[in-house]
Amino acid sequence: MKFKIYRYNPETDTKPFVQQYELEGVEPGTMLLAALLRIKDEQDESLSFRRSCGEGVCGSDGMNINGVNGLACITSLDTLKQPVEIKPLPGLPVIRDLIIDMDQFYKQYRAVKPYLIVNDPMPEVELAQTPEQREKLDGLYECVLCACCSTSCPSFWWNPEKFLGPAALLQASRFIEDSRDQAFEERLADLEGPFKLFRCHTIMNCVNVCPKGLNPTKAIGRIKSKMVTRSL
Amino acid sequence: MSSIERRQFDTLIIGAGGGGLRASLQLAEADLSVAVVSKVFPTRSHTVAAQGGMNAALANVLPDNWHWHMFDTVKGSDYLGDQDAIEYMCRAAPKAVYELEHFGVPFSRLDNGKIYQRAFGGQSQNFGGDQAARTCAAADRTGHAILHSLYQQNIRAKTHFFDEYFAVDLLKDGEGRVLGALVFNIHDGQIVIIEAKTTLIATGGAGQLFKTTTNALINTGDGLGMAMRAGIPLQDMEFFQFHPTGIAGRGMLITEGARGEGGYLVNGDGERLMERYAPKAKDLASRDVVSRAISIEIKEGRGCGPKKDHVLLKLDHLGEDVIQKRLPGIRQTCITFLGLDPAESPIPVFPTAHYTMGGIPTNRYGQVVVPVKDTPEEPVAGLYAAGECACVSVHGGNRLGGNSLLDILVFGRAAANHIIEYLKENKYHKVIDEDIVSNAVQRAKRFDLNSEPSPGGDEVKETVAVLRKELKQVMEDHCSVFRDKQFLIEGVDKVEQLCDRMKNVKIDDQSYTFNTAKVEAFELENLMACALATIHSALAREESRGAHSRIDFPDRDDKSWMRHSLYSFENGLDYKPVRTKPLSVESFPPKPRVY
Repeated sequence: MKFKIYRYNPETDTKPFVQQYELEGVEPGTMLLAALLRIKDEQDESLSFRRSCGEGVCGSDGMNINGVNGLACITSLDTLKQPVEIKPLPGLPVIRDLIIDMDQFYKQYRAVKPYLIVNDPMPEVELAQTPEQREKLDGLYECVLCACCSTSCPSFWWNPEKFLGPAALLQASRFIEDSRDQAFEERLADLEGPFKLFRCHTIMNCVNVCPKGLNPTKAIGRIKSKMVTRSL
Repeated sequence: MSSIERRQFDTLIIGAGGGGLRASLQLAEADLSVAVVSKVFPTRSHTVAAQGGMNAALANVLPDNWHWHMFDTVKGSDYLGDQDAIEYMCRAAPKAVYELEHFGVPFSRLDNGKIYQRAFGGQSQNFGGDQAARTCAAADRTGHAILHSLYQQNIRAKTHFFDEYFAVDLLKDGEGRVLGALVFNIHDGQIVIIEAKTTLIATGGAGQLFKTTTNALINTGDGLGMAMRAGIPLQDMEFFQFHPTGIAGRGMLITEGARGEGGYLVNGDGERLMERYAPKAKDLASRDVVSRAISIEIKEGRGCGPKKDHVLLKLDHLGEDVIQKRLPGIRQTCITFLGLDPAESPIPVFPTAHYTMGGIPTNRYGQVVVPVKDTPEEPVAGLYAAGECACVSVHGGNRLGGNSLLDILVFGRAAANHIIEYLKENKYHKVIDEDIVSNAVQRAKRFDLNSEPSPGGDEVKETVAVLRKELKQVMEDHCSVFRDKQFLIEGVDKVEQLCDRMKNVKIDDQSYTFNTAKVEAFELENLMACALATIHSALAREESRGAHSRIDFPDRDDKSWMRHSLYSFENGLDYKPVRTKPLSVESFPPKPRVY
């Protein structure tokens, strides 16, 4: 099986280049991460990428695979056209090989105050929440912060400083929808203006690439309609 | 030397999983300066992969109280758990869950608005009576929900994070006081000396010791290796948990919650095998019991599949609705990795390396304790440990499902509270001698090409990839669910040889920028230390207790072996008594353990 992988080490390379690798005896059902680990172990220890859980829960190994963002550990090689072309996630600076600098992405995550805000005194037991209220968080809380969505979004590429991007907005929605949260007004007010939220042009790349099957565009739509209702 | 960056904090926390983040939150809110060093971005820590839930006697679904939880935990530990720590944990459990809920954890809910709780293995009402429902769950993504909420609260509290920094070694002075650690920034390779009045190790387990494992690639026992190199023994390392339901041949975890929701195991004859091994608790017996049962079925030819090398976990009778609502994560994992939907077909499973019961010995305040002369548990000044890397010991010989998330939260918090008190008495940083720093820096360069050649000179060059593969195979072959003397002796020999060869590891990649090859070398060195402690302790313990099953010594021997193992580089094996006296209730004396 053939692979073409983006390589760049700022200490030794003046510009990025593509390196080819070949693996023998790849069994059906093998995930891309397993192949990358084999290349690193057997052929080239300098090939650099992030990885951890190997089952799509930690969000470490987001990369651009044959032109589509995804997690290497849950992308089966069976589904990929050869040679498999692997690049770092687009739109953020490359540190080395497939490793990108995610500071901007995390900064935008922090910008939406991604934590529960409760102003009332806390009870000695749990805050009550009905199953129906809790169900509103499904499809929002499962995000693994892999950045596949935001780095596939043209609005994010063009305005990374101003547009919060699908991942951060999904988090904003996760707290806006939480029946326990008491910062509803403040959260909506924070998203006012032409850029932070409204730069989303519903291109829906985020939905197409999310490895967890989440729908940031829909979440953004929910926030928008809440803003409209609020302004009436 | 002068060019090396130094930073000063009240507390250094190494590791940003649930234990580290619970502690950092407590400390940040107490207005202390805290540095959290983690080799991965915090939400990538392995807590994120915990599925089934967290035990606490909330009694939201069935009657319950902390004392029953304590009984189950002591029994589950096969009477090797320390009963003072277990009482403390079980009493603190409800509060720990409510705190998490207040932090924002999206727990699943009951119709009355309370937190959903499910049945899990080894749980009973009324000291061994009917099945309890004690495990608080956020579907089957409880660890993800908890880790993200804790990280989010730390953002609010403005905790100082050193993301993607690797901690190499503790800094310890001549009096045995721990003064911080040497770390390096993975992004640019620069060494930083972090000076801290207190250091908390919260680096998680060493599940990468085994070839097939439910554990993330980052679970390389870094804190355990660091502790051993600082002369601290590791406790009860022979007790390694094999989870009954890893996906056969691949290792992905299928939560015990699948059986808690009503799933069961069948063998090659289509028989519900657990009925023979645990007539009462059946599929919800303790994990060590279920893992042994599966191993025996396969060994005796009653496995499933063409090679009869696994058993099946049946869930399809639960219906798609229950599976989608309560077990959506493992459903997706099965579809992704096996191409099967558990709502339609059973899942092939096999006992898989899962959890390090042993670790850095601590007391119930999280203080690291070591034997000094006649005192078995003397605190090491300035050093704490919490979570899977620590051995409090609340899990003893076998951890109950749902007690791991509980452990990290209760003892992460307890350690932070003790640190707050300790800092009131220890207000100032101790001066770190230059030679301590220069020694540490020298050691941190041990995988650099221009470092001193190891004694012997003309040895062959070893690679991390080859040694790691061999180590994981040796541990899988020689130190798995069933063990015996001959096999362990061979295993000890092989691990010692691998440790020797580790000295000849050289890496070609000498870049400063995000050098993952170098990180992997440090990680393998830590794994080697864990392997040595594990297999030596396993060979010495001539009884069967909890997860440690000796074919040649099939019975538990309370007279000779109701004691904790301690293994160190300097002294080999040593032992200390189990703390059988709880804080306020009667002790649970050892009894035959039936489920």
